[in-house]
Amino acid sequence: MGAFSYFPHTEEDIRKMLERIGVNSMDDLYADVPKKFLYDREYDLPDALSEQEVRDYFSSLDQMNTRLKVFVGLGAYDHYTPSVVPYILSRSEYLTAYTPYQAEISQGTLRYIFEFQSIICELTGMDVSNASMYDGATAAAEAAVMSLHCTKKKSRVLLSSTLLPNVIKVVRTYAKFRGYEISLLAAEQGQTSLAALQKELEQGDVAGVIVPELNRYGIIEDFTGFAEAIHGAGALAIEYCDPSSLAVLRTPAEWDFDVAVGDGQSLGIPLCYGGPYVGFMACRKEYLRKLPGRIVGETKDAEGKRCFVLTLQAREQHIKRERATSNICSNQSLMTLFVTVYTSLMGPQGLYDVNNASYGGAHYLHDRLLRTGKFEEVFPDRPFLKEFVLRPSCAVADLQKKLLDAGYFAALETEEGYVSFCVTEKHSKEEIDALVELIKEV
Amino acid sequence: MRYYDKLIFECSKKGRRGYSLPVRKYERTLKELTASLCRTLALGLPEVSEVDVVRHYTNLSQMNFGVDTGFYPLGSCTMKYNPKINEEIAAMPGFQALHPLQPAETVQGTLRICYELEQSLAAITGMAHFTLNPCAGAHGELTGLMIMRQYHMSRGDFKRTKVIVPDSAHGTNPASAAACGLDVVVVKSKENGLIDVEALKQLLNDEVAGIMMTNPNTLGLFESEIDAIARLVHGCGGLLYYDGANMNPLLGVVRPGDMGFDIMHLNLHKTFSTPHGGGGPGSGPVGVCERLLKHLPTPRVEKLQDGTFTVLHENEESAGQVSAFNGHFGILLRAYSYILMLGKQNLKYAGRFATLSANYIKESLKDCYKLPIPSICKHEFVFDGLIDDGSKVAGEGNGATTLDVAKRLLDFGYHAPTIYFPLLFHQSIMIEPTETESLETMDDFIEVMRKIAAEAATNPSYLKSAPHNAPIRRPDETTAARQPILKYADEASVN
Amino acid sequence: MSKIVEGLLYSESHEWVKVEGNVAVIGVTDFAQKEMGDITYVDMPDEEDEVTAEEEFGALESVKASSELFSPVSGVVKEVNGALEDEPELVNQDAFANWIIKVEMSDPAELETLLDAAGYKEFIKE
Repeated sequence: MGAFSYFPHTEEDIRKMLERIGVNSMDDLYADVPKKFLYDREYDLPDALSEQEVRDYFSSLDQMNTRLKVFVGLGAYDHYTPSVVPYILSRSEYLTAYTPYQAEISQGTLRYIFEFQSIICELTGMDVSNASMYDGATAAAEAAVMSLHCTKKKSRVLLSSTLLPNVIKVVRTYAKFRGYEISLLAAEQGQTSLAALQKELEQGDVAGVIVPELNRYGIIEDFTGFAEAIHGAGALAIEYCDPSSLAVLRTPAEWDFDVAVGDGQSLGIPLCYGGPYVGFMACRKEYLRKLPGRIVGETKDAEGKRCFVLTLQAREQHIKRERATSNICSNQSLMTLFVTVYTSLMGPQGLYDVNNASYGGAHYLHDRLLRTGKFEEVFPDRPFLKEFVLRPSCAVADLQKKLLDAGYFAALETEEGYVSFCVTEKHSKEEIDALVELIKEV
Repeated sequence: MRYYDKLIFECSKKGRRGYSLPVRKYERTLKELTASLCRTLALGLPEVSEVDVVRHYTNLSQMNFGVDTGFYPLGSCTMKYNPKINEEIAAMPGFQALHPLQPAETVQGTLRICYELEQSLAAITGMAHFTLNPCAGAHGELTGLMIMRQYHMSRGDFKRTKVIVPDSAHGTNPASAAACGLDVVVVKSKENGLIDVEALKQLLNDEVAGIMMTNPNTLGLFESEIDAIARLVHGCGGLLYYDGANMNPLLGVVRPGDMGFDIMHLNLHKTFSTPHGGGGPGSGPVGVCERLLKHLPTPRVEKLQDGTFTVLHENEESAGQVSAFNGHFGILLRAYSYILMLGKQNLKYAGRFATLSANYIKESLKDCYKLPIPSICKHEFVFDGLIDDGSKVAGEGNGATTLDVAKRLLDFGYHAPTIYFPLLFHQSIMIEPTETESLETMDDFIEVMRKIAAEAATNPSYLKSAPHNAPIRRPDETTAARQPILKYADEASVN
Repeated sequence: MSKIVEGLLYSESHEWVKVEGNVAVIGVTDFAQKEMGDITYVDMPDEEDEVTAEEEFGALESVKASSELFSPVSGVVKEVNGALEDEPELVNQDAFANWIIKVEMSDPAELETLLDAAGYKEFIKE
């Protein structure tokens, strides 16, 4: 055996340890394993590489990807990441810490999670937030389950057909196995239909209704009359929302909803091919005991100092086992630090500026694209923020090839045959102009 | 570590700003939006300068313990060293900038990483295929059980709704089973800590979807009757699920696939050195045997005959989609970097060193701490409290408990072990050193554990008030739960 | 030594029952509250919910544990003790003075399966 940088064991150390244990070799420590299960062949893996070789290898793989300017959202938004955020996240005291069960030596983690919960409550207007979920889609699935726990004798959850496709898929997967029914709510002109909702609610079996604040077409949905109808049927109103946009758009609390879920990715988290991001879930305080996931609370230590602990743990899997509110164990702790640092840097004004620049840029692109004559509006009267769809009158395949060749990821074709665009504060007017010029040439 | 008592909200002053964005001038602005769609609720976010943010979070970090700070003897959590090259790879700007819906032809390097990582995990575990989509260990469990149910349902076998779980299992096992719509049936352990095969036989019938096992189990003991268990469970038409939380001692020694397991998950943040991040993000890839391939979740990376890679988005026989996109790619990068550093040469020592270290600590402390099961352990072992808890000097009921030992360890610069788990004993102390700790680190730890045992015997009350040197003393958890203060605004209303 | 009140009926899952006509007043025993330690939350049903003998109707929670409450009788919940919502510690202070729910019984014969004070005293000794 040759020395390896992650294993401190010298030959002498090994000898000394074996001696203390009273065995002759490390293989003796596996004497209770049936011989036929001891793998004595060579593992089908590459040879060990040096650090330099590992770096070079990943660099070569990085070169095999195409660098693109991203003008697509659909659940992953290319917002700017201030340099302070990755700098703070790289601190080993945060990065290499365990879940904060030992509160006395985890006050750093516990405090930022408390701050995260406070920020999510501010953004959504809700009373309580958990310490995060895996991602937006799984948070929506957990919210569906929560609605079943909060209501009695109900067996169905309604999803708006305007939710992002991946959110619908994940909620459906969870529902299929947990054993409750999902129905899709129809849309009118790209907006969840109140009439369809009212009709479904009449059946009296609905536990929860999940609708998107910003939907799969980028439309800002109007929930006038929704909460009243949902509450009238004894169900929970759940909004799937984009937390960045909540700084400027009407909050789930203002729509009188009960639960807010979504993905924190829009708060500056890099795209990173889909993860890690961070789901969140917040609710009215009457549902606190049914909220899944970790929760941090404030208290005092034995000397009266303010401190923070994981609390209300009796809801969780390590205590309640099969009766727990969810099987979720970890949260996305480091990503909640991301959101907390980002949101602190931006503040209310920064988030307003981000949304305003995204709105301005998206509408500028939208209007210019229409003027090319290659697209038609799909939902002409609906308001949107940073994302929109158009109906192409040219061949989408040609359009996409042209854009990709020029280094643009834009005009992604949706299930409905529309093309989807997204603009954030990161994009300059010049980049938008260049994109439009390219499209004109198709 | 030193106490620092601020929240970012308390650093705020109206008008401060911590960001700089380019000026974008467009004709259309948010002002044109219909008022009824706009927020009117006040937004109480902090307003702070960049230096405020950096100082605040640097100060907060100094109340935190991490693997880079010191030793974590934390059973079942595998707190091994997190190599720094992993972080460098994960931070490469090219990877960070990729949109998850980019066409496959523009992400060939990334898809290749996913594919090669899947192949490597399959080679290490003896499973045929992996999905990298689950976000954490518990999420992997849920995904694995979904695959198990999908398999039975695809064969028209709908009555298999029970899953057998040993009484020593991690709490996530029964919780994941419930989340997957399965009923949990508990099988007892024998005196020696292993599954009672006779008792298992009584539980097997055509309603059993499968069994969830952790091997070595949470007592650190290898389930040596695994061969018989696999034959019995397969014989009744069930599947075997392997909880990979305890995979570390088998790394390079035994492959779950060879033991007859059909489905398993791995915790990349345990066995494959990715950082725990204070409780996530983790990653919980799920491996399956060949016949379950078609039930793996989508999206899924596939290699084409021409050697290029593509992403499969829909597959009717799949259990379904379990996460928003393709899993935690940032974590997958780190794990693959670790595997490349290990290579086949070093891999075979990882598990052996982890086992060697655990047994060394066990043998060095068993005269001070009760060792209920004295056999050779794997990567971890469980003590059942102190041999002399000091109740002889302090009176019955005033002796030092496992909690007190754990809290006293913090004073000496160690993280506490896992305590009060497994539930089989009343005073469980579960210790797992991992292969990355040196003999000197372990000897220092052993010395401190012995010192604490001596203190307990003579002055247990000193342990009861520990920690004495941490940034805070023990928190009042009862009040925290009775009168929850869960956000900054609550605090303001209370005070 | 745990307190036991004469004249009440007891279940083996440590609930007590005081019979008032057709209504069963239900709480947990002093023994149960001692086992739990500091109670942080009492999970209770809603009024008009149905409960079934020997089935779960709620739970006691402490910082590190959760213990289900089982109804000794079947019937409809007529009243829940709202004071416990804000002050779960009342159960610790006096488990017998602080009832949890009042149930209108559908089958008073179920009371016959319960223990009397002497029987319960013997039961917890084991």
